Amino acid sequence: MSRSVWKGPFVDAYVLKKAESSKSGGRNDVIKIWSRRSTILPQFVGLTFGVYNGKKHVPVNVTEEMIGQKFGEYSPTRTYYGHAADKKAKRK
Amino acid sequence: MARIAGVNIPTAKRVPIALTYIHGIGPHIAHQICEAVKIDESRRVNDLTDAEVLAIREYIDANVTVEGDLRREVTMNIKRLMDLGCYRGLRHRRNLPVRGQRTHTNARTRKGPAKAIAGKKK
Repeated sequence: MSRSVWKGPFVDAYVLKKAESSKSGGRNDVIKIWSRRSTILPQFVGLTFGVYNGKKHVPVNVTEEMIGQKFGEYSPTRTYYGHAADKKAKRK
Repeated sequence: MARIAGVNIPTAKRVPIALTYIHGIGPHIAHQICEAVKIDESRRVNDLTDAEVLAIREYIDANVTVEGDLRREVTMNIKRLMDLGCYRGLRHRRNLPVRGQRTHTNARTRKGPAKAIAGKKK
């Protein structure tokens, strides 16, 4: 079920604060965040976030199309290189 | 024979059923079309007048995306997700289920027929 509209989009407060300070500061640093659950808001467009995936901060350049999705969608948490058996099968 | 929305030639079936042969029109939209053009749902395609067929054609052109246009829209949407680098796009790229289904077993629709693994079986 989707979130009620009257609540507004969910964003962790510290993400908002960090984004605002980097915007007013003018420097284009990667903003490190751990909050994968936060919604990407229109005012984040153009900023670069380092979204934590459990191991490192994956740099995400926010574009207009990303608005409304969550940060976590852009920072995959799993690495999968395929099965060893698949490689053998391909060689044959 | 009636030609509606390009290549589609629905048969001697009832109008709402025949319309569902067009890609992008299901029972629901077919019903809406019949209502908008004021065609009784029990009538068959071969006893429609030319004017009625034309009315259906015009309604579809104006209000519904069908066939090639619809297919293009869908593939564009998927392509957008893939270019974006988001999770759903990654799943599309790998041809795996996109909406969080399990892949330990099943997921055969996306993965295709099962590949035999050499040396499995105890």
